[in-house]
Amino acid sequence: MPRVAFTQNIQRHVTCPDTEAAGACVREVLDNLFAGNPRARAYVLDDQAALRKHMIIFVDGVMIRDRARLSDPVTQTSEVYIFQALSGG
Amino acid sequence: MSDTLLVSTRKGLFRVRRESAGWVVDGADFLGDNVTLSLTDRRSGLRYAALDHGHFGVKLHRSTSSGWEEIAAPTYPQKPEGLEENDMWGRPLAWSTALIWSLQTGGDDEPGVLWCGTIPGGLFRSEDHGASWDMVRSLWDDPRRLKWMGGGADLPGIHSIVIDPRDSRHVWIAVSTGGIWFTEDAGATWTQRGEGMRADHVPPELVHDPIAQDVHCLVQCPEVPERMWVQHHNGIFVSSDEGRTFTEIANVQPSVFGFPVAVHPRDPDTAWFVPGVKDEKRIPPDGRLVVTRTRDGGKSFETLSEGLPQSHAYDVVYRHALAVDGSGRRLAFGSTTGGLWVSEDGGDSWSGVTHTLPPIYAVRFG
Repeated sequence: MPRVAFTQNIQRHVTCPDTEAAGACVREVLDNLFAGNPRARAYVLDDQAALRKHMIIFVDGVMIRDRARLSDPVTQTSEVYIFQALSGG
Repeated sequence: MSDTLLVSTRKGLFRVRRESAGWVVDGADFLGDNVTLSLTDRRSGLRYAALDHGHFGVKLHRSTSSGWEEIAAPTYPQKPEGLEENDMWGRPLAWSTALIWSLQTGGDDEPGVLWCGTIPGGLFRSEDHGASWDMVRSLWDDPRRLKWMGGGADLPGIHSIVIDPRDSRHVWIAVSTGGIWFTEDAGATWTQRGEGMRADHVPPELVHDPIAQDVHCLVQCPEVPERMWVQHHNGIFVSSDEGRTFTEIANVQPSVFGFPVAVHPRDPDTAWFVPGVKDEKRIPPDGRLVVTRTRDGGKSFETLSEGLPQSHAYDVVYRHALAVDGSGRRLAFGSTTGGLWVSEDGGDSWSGVTHTLPPIYAVRFG
């Protein structure tokens, strides 16, 4: 199952422990993850369920490209990192 | 008189209290975080704080007996598949809360009701003390909204919400830029108000168009609701017919430009402004920080400077950063350079509380 890790900075606002979540793409992984941690959803995704402007996600070291639909593929052994972009100040 | 101030700043929400020796900064909540606005609901005693975390988005918190709890922030509905709606810059408009720009309590007869105005232009209403929010679709879906433009920010937003003390269904909002809008049925239908305002930054045929007006701040005299005051990008305007028509007030020294306006709670002829140099500079004229006050409905103005810095002061006062309490005697304002001043004599004289707060967005009594 894909493993997911969050930026430390989000922990001050909402607890997001490293975890595993099923899914074949980033959207599926996040949907499953946020089903168990619904408050975290609005910290990562905007009102249209797109990745927030200054958030960034890496899958196996590669920055995802589809920030709106989150369709980038994820394998069963993938490492998904949810970070802040430095552009957010 | 109110003995408490809530000061929203770039780095926290500061509590300021009136002690026997004067006003002091008593503490801070959300220290280090960007607090853009607060609201104290005098009906319930609850306080609300709007935060903009940047990376993590806009959040809303409500006071509890032991601190604060995060509650729902207004959320835009799903943008219909295939809908092409661009902002004024030609980019797809994100249907997403970019900023909570106004928070207001409903009337005394609707104790759980709150109103919230946002950038990029959505108006929201809660009936359960902010636990949940519904977008006012009648306004969002009004095709006239597409004529709104960015003013104080890249995208349009609702910064002023006024509830009629005689009838809670009557609500005015002001948009930068988009003029003044009024509902007489709690948001079911909307009409444009604001004839008589003048915008000199648009083509001649739009100068007097109510929807082209960049209202910076709209306030209403609670005791005499027919009287409304506007600080506009172009100057100062006053209405005596609930915002249907406005009269421009010119020749106010040192400037008619500014962001905030406050009106006396009982005397509709008394209002305060904080002037600045228009447009490209936006600093106090001649580096002198002053407050202007009229006590005769705008026929004349006084320039109040006692206790305010009169040399090399570059404090700008944002639209939500000037407040008057229920007595009409106590006023407070905060600046972009972290200065906070209080008056206890209707503005005749001012005392500096601190000059070292983070940039101040909003000042509220309560």
